[in-house]
Order: sequence, then structure tokens, then C-alpha cells
Amino acid sequence: MKSSTVPRGMTRRHFMSHMAGATAMTVPALTLGHSLRSHAQELKRNGKSAIMLWMSGGPPSIDIWDLKPGTITGGEFRPIATSGDEQISEHMPMMAKQMHNATIIRSMSTREADHGRGSYYMRTGYVPNPNVEHPSYGAVIAHQTIDQRPQLEIPPFVTVGGGSTGPGFLGMAWAPFAVNSNGQIRNLQMGMDDRRLMQRMAALDLVEKGFIKEKRGQAAEDHQKILRKTLALMTSEQMKSFRVNEEPAEVLERYGDNNFGKGCLMARRLVETGVPFIEVNLGGWDLHNDIFNTLSTQRLPVLDRAMSALFEDLEQRGLLEDTAIMWMGEFGRTPRINGNTGRDHWARAWSVVVGGAGMNGGIAVGKTNSEGTQVETEPYTSQDIMASVCKSLGISLETTFTSRSGRPMKIANSGKVIKELFV
Amino acid sequence: MQLTSWTRQAIASCLALSVVITVTQVGAQSRSRKKLSDYGIPQVKTVNTQVRKTWIAYQMLPSQAATDGEWCRRLFLDVIGRVPSVIELDEFTKDRSVDQKAKLVAKLLYDDKYTEEYARNWTTIWTNVLIGRSGGTERRSLTSREGMQKYLRDCLARNKPYDEMVSELVSATGTNTPGSERFNGAVNFLTMKVNEEKGTQATADIAKIFMGLQVQCTQCHNHPFNEWKQQKFWEFNSFLRQTRALRRFVPGTREIAGSDLVDQDFPGEGTSPQEAEVYYELRNGLLKAAYPVFVDEDVEGYATIGRSGFVSDVNRREQLAKLVLASKYTDMMIANRYWAHFFGYGFTKPIDDMGPHNPPSHPELLTYLGEQIRDHSYNLKELVRWITLSEAYSLSSRSTKANEKDDPLLGETPKFTHFYLRQMRAEELYESLLVATKAAETRGSYEDQERTKTQWLSQFVMAFGNDEGGEQTTFNGTIPQALMMFNGELIRNATDIKPGSFLGEIARSNMKQSQQIDYLFKAALARKPSSDERSIAMKLFIARATDQVGKDRKKRVDAGAANAGALQDIWWAVLNSNEFIMNH
Repeated sequence: MKSSTVPRGMTRRHFMSHMAGATAMTVPALTLGHSLRSHAQELKRNGKSAIMLWMSGGPPSIDIWDLKPGTITGGEFRPIATSGDEQISEHMPMMAKQMHNATIIRSMSTREADHGRGSYYMRTGYVPNPNVEHPSYGAVIAHQTIDQRPQLEIPPFVTVGGGSTGPGFLGMAWAPFAVNSNGQIRNLQMGMDDRRLMQRMAALDLVEKGFIKEKRGQAAEDHQKILRKTLALMTSEQMKSFRVNEEPAEVLERYGDNNFGKGCLMARRLVETGVPFIEVNLGGWDLHNDIFNTLSTQRLPVLDRAMSALFEDLEQRGLLEDTAIMWMGEFGRTPRINGNTGRDHWARAWSVVVGGAGMNGGIAVGKTNSEGTQVETEPYTSQDIMASVCKSLGISLETTFTSRSGRPMKIANSGKVIKELFV
Repeated sequence: MQLTSWTRQAIASCLALSVVITVTQVGAQSRSRKKLSDYGIPQVKTVNTQVRKTWIAYQMLPSQAATDGEWCRRLFLDVIGRVPSVIELDEFTKDRSVDQKAKLVAKLLYDDKYTEEYARNWTTIWTNVLIGRSGGTERRSLTSREGMQKYLRDCLARNKPYDEMVSELVSATGTNTPGSERFNGAVNFLTMKVNEEKGTQATADIAKIFMGLQVQCTQCHNHPFNEWKQQKFWEFNSFLRQTRALRRFVPGTREIAGSDLVDQDFPGEGTSPQEAEVYYELRNGLLKAAYPVFVDEDVEGYATIGRSGFVSDVNRREQLAKLVLASKYTDMMIANRYWAHFFGYGFTKPIDDMGPHNPPSHPELLTYLGEQIRDHSYNLKELVRWITLSEAYSLSSRSTKANEKDDPLLGETPKFTHFYLRQMRAEELYESLLVATKAAETRGSYEDQERTKTQWLSQFVMAFGNDEGGEQTTFNGTIPQALMMFNGELIRNATDIKPGSFLGEIARSNMKQSQQIDYLFKAALARKPSSDERSIAMKLFIARATDQVGKDRKKRVDAGAANAGALQDIWWAVLNSNEFIMNH
């Protein structure tokens, strides 16, 4: 290239002004990131959050929260007393000391006993329908609370150690940001000065907008929204919320040095930063075989330590009153113990645990029969849990979404608030 | 009659419109001006007629034709799994013959030059269908991903008829790891699915993948949504109960060397192996017995399989393979799967859930394509040819007033009045960048290449670890993907400027800056830049030159470095665009 090809009179400032004109999207994002960097300490939490502890595979609530000792379905575990009114499994001793903060909904009764369908239903409140993709609760709560958090630069819906369920018709901009529990986000470093990045973004933005203008579909616009969010995140100080390994050793120890423990700890850090919805995944519950041994030596010690630490820590920091916690999986497991000392899928009668954000703790709502096969009191559903959590977060249950086809959908699919949580 | 003449008018006016638009967009964006052709292929003609029938019924008009560049890019991505190189693109767009498209389709399908890439692409697709993105990567896995891929590559490179593939995948025996004695890669489809949970995963996968029947919901209970009953599930399951995957250890250790899929006598869960039944539990807790009975009752002999568990009396899996191939669902499923591959949507949603409860959007067309593939000896390349030469596949992805309601995202069934925008698969991005950047030329052995690719892909895979083998990809247009495209190693390599690299070669070529810009746009987007795009790209050349001046005022500007830097910026920008990542 010869230098004579540079037009005379084209200075850097001139160039930059061109760039700035062409790149309305990038300048505010960059400016925002940098201005916040200077007073990151002043950032304060604003608004309420929800944490979903997702037990992927279908947890046997009959062995954890609603024991049936001495019956044919009761299994090997014994109940113990807790700091609340309800009894829970002997393998949850640390959680037993936190039960004054948590309520067990013992009369969950749902219909989906297939992993895919059950996950979708429990996370959206709708059964799968080929003609519409429903937004997950995380996407809905992020969408409903984002206006209260203009300072939030990282995604409002984070899922740790799992994929969660997508944003459906709300669009990809509300998709869960999936991270691993070690808090290392790949590919964050660009290794280039901001000025050059901005120039690149200007060129990119031009191609991007041209393509959107051609009316080829929603995906083109969603792509641009994701680019904006990515740029905001790359330059944000708030990314330190993910760096869970910076916590003191005793805190890490309290939560448990494993993926779920770190995930719960990260959830607390994200709540402090103002992220409205965090899902933390604990898998390995699909226990068709050898259930009691696996529960007592592997699953329950991990769950007990991390879940109790989360309640305790949030309470000590004064955050529990603004943070709703939900514990659930896609369904429960059969009261009947199968030939391989396992339990199979069972949705008709099982338990979910909720707490925090002003919901009553220390009680059990609803009742199953003596063998745990049926609910004997008013049955509750995924929608009812969501409705109750929305109420606790101050989200109006009159909120209605319109799917892109114009179909109105009420938040929480018209679920009803579980009144015992709010008396 | 009335309707037919209305169509002709509609189509004629539509073609007229497209000519007007073509004229106003003189230059590089050459739109196919030729009359709609079926290339003398009866299947293409029928596809076109059937798809148009839906347009008429819904009073919609198709979009204009895609540009030659768009169509060419689309075809390369869908058939061989990557974007065309600039040379390949130019060769196509300069061809002015009437059967320009038919020639390119034939070339990608049948020219030896493309056999390897064709086989690689469809091996990837079928591997993901058969064992998922994480199959074979689990600890102590009984699946060999390499074995699965080797089998598929051999099938696809030789264009083995689909019915033979299905039969082999359902009934294969042998060892799973390449190089082992009695190696048969086909076994990898089932090795991880037959031992656990009484083979329920194998049952569900065979029904779903080959026949589009979702039987797994009924395993535990009669799902009200689905008419395929619990009884059907366990009867189907009975076919797989002779089959076991035996572990093979590295001699003297507990390390798994591989597995061996065998058929053994099945004693049954009752008292007599002559009547080898399986038991299952009804919702009310009662036990019921099931024997091999095929799920599709329209197939002759569906209920006359012997009940003996002895392999010498009845090899149940071999029986199953024959029955699967006799079912019309199998024909419709492959038609539906391939259609969905090329259009992003099949005739049912999801594509592998067919049956009376989920009627297809184009029932006649689905049945027709199923019959045709059967009548053409299950030649998958012919199916590809019929689909890719259809009118629907030739349309632009730009929607118009007359078809904007045709958006499957709105919950409508697809009418195929325009091409639906969809994101490239992670594998397509990977291959495209390798080819676009010539990194493909320095590849190692096939196995090494695939291993490197699998490793790169693993960053996007999230396995659920439940008994249905569920998994998700984060290469789905969200932030982790955007971060990878911004800063990832793949993109850093693609934008490298060292001598011999793609950009390095362009920078050192005798192309003028404006030609270099054109070249990059064509390589990524299969089109030339607009004037605005060209001018912003020119500014990047200036900006990088200014950087060089800023570095050392006394020295002469290092024009080469400045030029290469600008090319990096432009290339990075187009690769990160929606237009690049979307198959459009």
C-alpha cells in the first residue's frame, strides 16, 4: 500500500468522528463500561433476585423432604427434627438447622414424567407445544426486573453448571448465560486497544445493520442484541462476580469444594451484583439403581452443605429477605422401590422447597398419603410455585406477555399463589 | 381450475416483480433471471407443485429468487458443510448456462473432488443424530466415536443405500473400536444403549431416529398426549433383549479397551425361555407381559414373531431390522429429516415425532418423497438433488408483504415461501473457517483432524447425564458463542497475518485495496461489499496506516504491516456479522 492512497486532510480525529457516526451502538456500550469502572465500589444492589436450585434427573423427594418411615415405600432413611416445624432426612443435618427459613411444598402433583418434558414444564409452567416456545421462568423474571437495574452490565439470567431452558418467544437476548462453576469465562480477553476494537465494531455494525434491514427474520436482530451484551460484558468490572475462587478458603469450605457448592457461592456473589435470576444445577438424581447408597454418600452431603450454606450466608448478609430460593427438579421419584434398589420417575406426588424474599419458612404445606403415592391436600403445580415466587419478588401476577403470534399469555400461566407462604 | 389460473397469474406477476428488482440492482447482485425450471426431474416438478399448493391455500406469494451467490453459499453449507471459496463462487456465478444449478449440485454430490467433504459433513450430521454430540466422550464409554465415524464415512463416501445403513445400524454385531478384531463401527449406535435400564434407550432411539415415533414417554405411563401405548413400548423393547454390549479390557488392567455387541439367548423374565417375555408395570401397579410385536401394525407380519428367547430360533434384532424397513414411517422419516436439514424446518415439529397426534404440514409431499426414496433404492444423494433443485430452496430469505406471515417462529407451520434464516452449526463454522483460511491444506491425518475438531466442539456441549442421554449446545447464538467469535483461538488463527496464512497471502498479493476488500467479502458472505461497506473498510486501511505513523514519526510507514492490520480488522468484522453466521 502506498501512503498516497490516504486522502489528504483525513486526520485521525476526522476518522474517529466518522466511526462514531457509524457506530451508535458501540460508543454507549464502551462508555458505560469505562465510566462504571471508576466507581465500581459504589454499586449497590437494587431490587430482588431469585435462585433456582435445579436437581437435574428428578430428585427423590420422598427420601429428602417427605419421609415415610416404617412403610413399604419408606426406604432406608430416618427423619430428623429441624429448626422449623417439619422433619427432613437424617442425611440433611446442616439444612435441618436452616429449615426455619424454608418451606416444603409436599403436595406437588404434576403430569410430566419424561426428563425433557418435565424439565420444560417445571421451568416454564407450560407443557411442550410444537407451535410455541415458552420462555423459562429465568427469562421471564430477568425480563420483568431489568428496568430496575440500569447498572447491570452482565446478563440478567445466569445458569451455573447446566443449560437451563431458553427464552422462547422473548428472544435470544433473554437466553441464560451458561457458565461453569469455576467462574472462568472463556474468550474474554481481546488483546487489543479499545480504539481499534471500536473501529472494528463500526465496520461490523454496518454489515450487521444492512443485513437486518433486508427483513430476513428475527435471528438477525437477536444477533445484534447479543453483540451489544457481549461487548458490555467484556468491558465490565462486574465480571468479577463470577470469580468464585477469590472467596476466602473458609467460605469455599463452608459451601463445599465441588461444582454445586461453588455454583451456590457464585449465586450469592451474583445476587450481590444485582443479577435477578440465577440457576444452579446439581445433576445425578436419575437414580433407577442403588439409590440409598448414592444418596447418603454422594448426592445428599453435597446438597446439604451447599444449600444450607446459601441460606445461612444470605441471611447473615441481610440478603435473604430480598432473595427467593427454589429447590426442584423435573419430577419426583416412585415411592415403590424397584428391583435394582432404585426409584423410577414419579410426578404425581412429590415435594419442592421454597424460601426467602419474605416467604414464610419453617413449615410444610400439603400432605401426601401414608405411602407417598398420592397427595391428600390441595395439589400444587409448577405454575403455583412461579406465581408465589413472582409475588415474593413484587412482580404483578396480572402481567401478560404476547407471543409473537399475538397469543396472550399470563405470567406463571395463571398459577395461584400458595397462601400459606404469605400469611 | 379457477385456483390454477390464479396461481399462474400470481407466479407470473411474481416473476415479473423479480425481473424489475433485478434490473434496479444492476451489478454484482446478479439474481437468477432464468425461468423456474424443474431441470426435467419429475420429483423436482412434484415438489414444486406440492409446495405451491400450500401457497395458494394460504394466499401467499413466494419471495424472489436468492442471488446466485446466496444460493451457492447455501448449497455448499448444506451439502458439504462449509461456505464456498472465492474461486468456487466465481466459477458458479460466471456460469451462464440454464442448468447452472443442476451442474453444481451434481458436482458437489458426485465429483470425486468433493467426496471427502461430502462424507465428512454427513458423517458429522449422522454421528450427532445417532450418538449425540457427547457420545463416546464419557468416561469409561462403551462407544467409540471414531468407530461410529469410520463406519458412517465408509457408508457415505460410497453412497451406501439408506436401507442398508438402517439395517446394519439396527442389527450390527462385532467390536466397536477401529483396528480391533471383528471391528464393525455400526455397533457404536447401540453399545451404550442396550445394557442399562433394560435397553429402554435403545428402544426409544430406534423408534425415534428411524421411524419418527416417540415411544419413550409411554415407558412409565400412558401419556395422554400420545397414542402409542405403554404396551407398544415394551413389545418394541422385547426385540432388543437378546442384545448385550460386553466390555473388553486392556489385558491385565481394568481399563476399557472397547466393547463387543452380541446377541445372546434371552431367558425371559418369567419361567420359560421358549416364551421369553418381559414384564412392565401399569399405572395401577399391575404387572403385564410383553413379547416382540412391531409398533407399526400396517406392516405385514408385525405380530407373528416367535416368542422364543433362543437366538437360534429367532434373532430378534434381525427381525426388527426387517420390520423397520417395511414400515412407511421409515421412508417418511428420512424424507422429513433431509427436508429439515435443507430448510431448517421439516414437515412436522419436531421432525422425529410423527403420527396421528402431530399431523404434517405437507402430508402428500411427505408421503410422496418417502415413496420416491424407496423407489430409488434409498439413494440419499438423489433425495438431496430433488430438494436442492426445488423452487422453495431457490428462494431468497428476504420476506415480503405477501409472505411475512410465513414465519415458523410465530408458531405457524412452515409454508416455505422464503428461505428461513438459520444459524450455521458449530461444525459448519469450523470447516468454513478452515477452508476460507486455507488452514485445511495443512491438516494432519483424518483421525487427527476429527479429534482436533471434536475437542474444539466440546466447549459448546453440555450433557445432562440422565437416562435419555439429553444434551444441549451453547453454540446457539448466545454470549459464549459471541465471545468465541470475538476473541477465540479459532478466530485468532483465521485472522493471522503471518506469511503463508490466508490474510498474509492477500496482503502480499498484487491486489489493490478495493480488490482485497471485495475478496474478503466474497470469501465470507459470497457477495461484494456495498459502497458504504467499502468506504468504511477503506477507512480501516487509513487508520492502520495512521497507527504506523504514530509509532515512529521518523521512519517510513510500514505499508505492509498497516495493510495486513486493516485486512485483519475487515476480516474480523465480516466473520462476526449476522450475515456470516446465518445460512441465508
